[in-house]
Amino acid sequence: MFSFIVSRILQALPVMFVVSLISFAMFAYVGDPVAIMLGQDFTEAQRAALVRDLGLDEPFFVQFAKFIGNAVQGEFGLSYRLSRPVAELIAERAPATLELALCAAFISLCVGVPMGIYTGLFRHSWLSRFLLTFSLIGVSLPTFLIGILLILVFSVWLGWLPSFGRGDVVRIGWWSSGFLTVSGLKALILPAITLGLLQLTLIMRLVRSEMMEVLRTDYIKFARARGLPNRAIYFGHALKNTLVPVITIAGLQLGSIIAFAIVTETVFQWPGMGLLFIQSVGAADIPVMAAYLMMIAAVFVTINLVVDLLYYAVDPRLRVGRGRGH
Amino acid sequence: MSLLQVKNLRVEFPTRRGTLVALDDVSFEIAPGEVLGVVGESGAGKSMTGAAIIGLLEPPGRIASGQVLLEGRRIDNLPYEKMRRIRGREIGAIFQDPLTTLNPLYTIGRQLVETITTHLPVGPGEAREKAIGWLELVGIPAARERIDSYPHEFSGGMRQRVVIALALCAEPKLIVADEPTTALDVSIQAQVIAMLKTLAREKGTAMMLVTHDMGVIAETADRVAVMYAGRISEIGPVRELVRHARHPYSQGLMGSIPPLDRRVERLTQIDGAMPRLSAIPRGCAFNPRCPKVFDRCLVERPELLDAGTTRASCWLYAEGGAA
Repeated sequence: MFSFIVSRILQALPVMFVVSLISFAMFAYVGDPVAIMLGQDFTEAQRAALVRDLGLDEPFFVQFAKFIGNAVQGEFGLSYRLSRPVAELIAERAPATLELALCAAFISLCVGVPMGIYTGLFRHSWLSRFLLTFSLIGVSLPTFLIGILLILVFSVWLGWLPSFGRGDVVRIGWWSSGFLTVSGLKALILPAITLGLLQLTLIMRLVRSEMMEVLRTDYIKFARARGLPNRAIYFGHALKNTLVPVITIAGLQLGSIIAFAIVTETVFQWPGMGLLFIQSVGAADIPVMAAYLMMIAAVFVTINLVVDLLYYAVDPRLRVGRGRGH
Repeated sequence: MSLLQVKNLRVEFPTRRGTLVALDDVSFEIAPGEVLGVVGESGAGKSMTGAAIIGLLEPPGRIASGQVLLEGRRIDNLPYEKMRRIRGREIGAIFQDPLTTLNPLYTIGRQLVETITTHLPVGPGEAREKAIGWLELVGIPAARERIDSYPHEFSGGMRQRVVIALALCAEPKLIVADEPTTALDVSIQAQVIAMLKTLAREKGTAMMLVTHDMGVIAETADRVAVMYAGRISEIGPVRELVRHARHPYSQGLMGSIPPLDRRVERLTQIDGAMPRLSAIPRGCAFNPRCPKVFDRCLVERPELLDAGTTRASCWLYAEGGAA
């Protein structure tokens, strides 16, 4: 098990390297940070000095090597736009995004899995038909539209929930949490639903189709023939067998929830990393963008590792060293 | 009194192009401790009969008419929950493919304990001891160590032994065994059948043994029912049926078994194929392939008639028939 984890981490290193190369290369050629930082009025001497300060006069690979060298030490340089260390900026924004993503993932799993089980078991009930139609809407409406609709209904018309921001936060060490205040929790509801809705419908449809597949198998038929109660058949035998694909998708979805919180954060002006990224794109703030992409890549790599470990926990056929079939 | 009575059972499948009759007027009985072999070609309705008895017909299949009685009680119209308590406890089932009938994610011990505690008033510890006992009975070596193994850690033959233990562990009075050895190596088949037969005899369990292996039937069954196109074409004691089949179809079926004690130039074969359910001919379903067909067979469908030591659904044995 330990050697498995080590080998997966070693495999992840080239992935991270390539991601950093691509992101760095991409941003080195989009936009001109110097022009944006200098504004309208500047002399050629000021410009040359700034280019030298930022190290932009050096060849591309020297810039990249410096970037990697610093990145390995957790040092991503100064933000061009805010003149503050990038690592500090990201650490400051990360709690907002992570809390939002966790809530969205929690909603999509806690609602999506039961809905998937229900629609898989009672395929022809009117509630199943309703849920499937609803899920079609969830899949096909773009996230920003859902967010705006929710704001319109719950903030503008009903006035129940705030339309932007994070509410009051409580600081615990460097972590700022919105979980502990009423306004923080209220502010969390709409963005979390917006972000989780697409994943919710995907998970529901996945669980439903897996459930229907598993219910047709011989071992479910045999479980029925042994007279096991439905509860044991559905929630024990059937559900556990649907878990492997569900874990895979749910894991990747969690990654994309964190990565694609950008749209939701923009709609709700959520002070997270996504909003930071969008603002940095506008200012061609290369260090922030590169660091953000590296971090997202790291998140995906970590989630994949956890997903692989969960496979082993769920499916005994994958556990090596115990097979004794004769 | 019979343990199981099946009376005029009719199973239908409503489809878009009309209703298919999968089983028609099937009647038979099984006495306590008796082994009834059910033979026939694929699609003759053997497995369907078993599924109808345990109340697990695949939808949209349904029992359209007729009755299934267990010890005199009707069980074909019971609500799901009552029938569930009968399955496993009073009627056990063994399926064809041991590689797919065990849940791959649970240890065999867990599956056994779960089944035992569902039906018998025992705690988990006692159930586990019982489970080990059953594994020993079905011939799993080192049962105590292997009870916590997963299905994929066993070979096909061993897995079918586990399946048999699962079917028997709540001590049902009847076992419906649907081609229990078809998926196994030939060398293993005989072992598993012998074990099943011995266990059924020791426990006094009756068995409905569905197979298309006449050798297994001849060796194991007390009586045998031959099915053709959703009906029973002949039923009787196994000795009589193997040696002196009355129905032309059973005669053809028995003629296709190579005898070991004498040389034959050619085995008998039955020309043609069994009709599809959507195209069963008028009159006797076997009439297009029957060598002894006559006028009445083309218009009227025969009931099971006394044909000496067996009962056959063939007009040859009607009073004033062709004979």
